[in-house]
Amino acid sequence: MSDIILETKGLTKHYGGVHALNDADFVLQKGEHVAIMGDNGAGKSTFVRQITGVEQRTSGEVIFDGQPVHFSGPIDAREAGIETVFQTLALADHLDVPDNLFLGREKTKFDWLGPFRFLDYKAMRKDTMGALEKTGVKIPNIRNTIERMSGGQRQCVAIARTASFASKLTIMDEPTAALGVQETAQVENIIRSLKEQGEPLILISHNMRQVMDLVDRIIVFRRGRIVANLRKEETDGQDVVAYITGAKTGAEYEGAA
Amino acid sequence: MADTSHGTGGLPFDEKKRSIPGEVNIFFALILIVVIFEVLGQVLPYMDNQSFLFDTRDRFDSIFNEARLRIIILQVSIIGIIALGVTQVIISGGIDLSSGPLVGATAMIVMSFAQTEFVNGNPNPKAVFGEWAFDLPVLIPVLVGLAFGAFIGAINGSLIAYTRIPPFIATLGMFLICRGIAQAWTRGKPVSFPTEGYAALGKGMMPVFWFIGLAFVLHIIMRYTIHGKHTYAVGSNEDAARMSGINVQRHKVRVYMIASMLAAFAAVILSSKNLTAQSGMGIFYELYAIAMAVIGGVSLTGGRGSIIGTVLGAMVFGVIQSGFTYVKLDAFFQLMAMGAIIISAVVLDKYRQERAATRS
Ligand SMILES: Nc1ncnc2c1ncn2[C@@H]1O[C@H](COP(=O)(O)OP(=O)(O)OP(=O)(O)O)[C@@H](O)[C@H]1O
Ligand SMILES: [Mg+2]
Repeated sequence: MSDIILETKGLTKHYGGVHALNDADFVLQKGEHVAIMGDNGAGKSTFVRQITGVEQRTSGEVIFDGQPVHFSGPIDAREAGIETVFQTLALADHLDVPDNLFLGREKTKFDWLGPFRFLDYKAMRKDTMGALEKTGVKIPNIRNTIERMSGGQRQCVAIARTASFASKLTIMDEPTAALGVQETAQVENIIRSLKEQGEPLILISHNMRQVMDLVDRIIVFRRGRIVANLRKEETDGQDVVAYITGAKTGAEYEGAA
Repeated sequence: MADTSHGTGGLPFDEKKRSIPGEVNIFFALILIVVIFEVLGQVLPYMDNQSFLFDTRDRFDSIFNEARLRIIILQVSIIGIIALGVTQVIISGGIDLSSGPLVGATAMIVMSFAQTEFVNGNPNPKAVFGEWAFDLPVLIPVLVGLAFGAFIGAINGSLIAYTRIPPFIATLGMFLICRGIAQAWTRGKPVSFPTEGYAALGKGMMPVFWFIGLAFVLHIIMRYTIHGKHTYAVGSNEDAARMSGINVQRHKVRVYMIASMLAAFAAVILSSKNLTAQSGMGIFYELYAIAMAVIGGVSLTGGRGSIIGTVLGAMVFGVIQSGFTYVKLDAFFQLMAMGAIIISAVVLDKYRQERAATRS
């Protein structure tokens, strides 16, 4: 077995005339944490959406865990072992925390009742408390509906949902964008614990300090292309910014952008 | 369990301070409306001190005006059964306009399978089919009705889920189709004289028992089962539901099927109660059912509402209607007032939502 958990070859996505993602070659080793950086509209979320099957790619290959994959939807990807926190959080506003954590994979009783099988609220509530405790997320009342929560709390719920299910790969699209100092630290702790457990991660973030603190490697996107692949110890903040803004382009990507 | 145990991270949380559910408000509104009519009865000059709720003329053994109460709950029950199904449709983010005409069409069809061969010794003058369709066991017309409802609901649901046309349009089309079926079935002639077994289904207070029983079942489904949870999820955020692995399309088909089956069952009860079926049955029922749900706090934007709310909404609806009759409001004014009340309920819902949004 190889040590590569995820590989993309020539991954491309066009929205009509918009070339949002061009020819992306990307490799992620098992246990590795990689950050994706780049300006707004650089194609980062688009890249994630092609991998997780939210959208169908225009062309290119995705190889996950040694197998070429064609996820027809995010459920497929999740069943294969990819947990994702999407930039749009994908929470149901009128439901409470356990409902959202377990949405689509509820614990149930009397399963012979098919679509009318009963929800095991007690077990889900208990596991929710466990997941929140493990991830250190603070929510006064888990029975509150999401619509009554602050933006940061919503984000925490979305992250707890991802982190509380074992997976082969975790993807987080700007998980700390709306968070306060303490909550950001919490999320970073979650990420560190993933690292300790050897779970690979793709982190999309605009926060240079966070990226430098957490990951092994930084990929820079610019105008739909990968323009740099930098090991953390061989680079610094200024260097990365130069790639993001276009002042520099990685040697192997010359002529790409 | 100690009441702080819901909080995580040591944040205090007082269970007693949880906001009151919206249903409580509707319950108080119900009481308020009864009081208003009671007061109107005392104040209006032409009412000569009648009571809305109580038996002031010693006509009954109880202190209540039983005749009025009976009419209220009977009126409410049959449309209420439809409202239960409509509630889950609206919670899922849709709407069902076809239920009224579906009642008409189903009543016609079902009654044709429920006829007796002889009426007072004479051959049934309203017979639709031949020999074979007379005096069938009661289960057969009921199953025919439910199957027809399921069929119409499956078409509604599939159109909405797979061709993605707006629920309003899909069910509006079905509205016309069903009224057409009702009229085409016997070219407009009523179908009458059901078997005793069939007549027993809607006899006396039976509609009320059906309504209460079905309300209980639907309450359990919406509150405690996967179907209920996913209905809320789909209405709340369809994309999130899809991304979470819910088969949204299949779920919608199921929601509309249940709604139409309940409407079809209401048709069974109604035709049984009236001992006849007419193609014009169920006029305005779809709107009244939606009104009951909306008055009961079911949000037309989806994701919010409950069966308990709808049951209370149905009671408010019944009390208002019979109250209007009680204060001798003309039928056309009643219609206008009902329209105004429905609009107010939606405005109130919008206001509530906006307030909820600014609080977070
Ligand atoms: N569904 C779509 N249809 C058309 N164009 C799209 C669509 N989704 C994204 N785009 C375009 O693709 C480009 C890349 O978008 P993407 O969401 O991947 O950016 P991003 O790198 O994630 O930016 P941000 O940091 O702001 O999240 C943008 O120019 C965007 O306008
Ligand atoms: Mg993005």
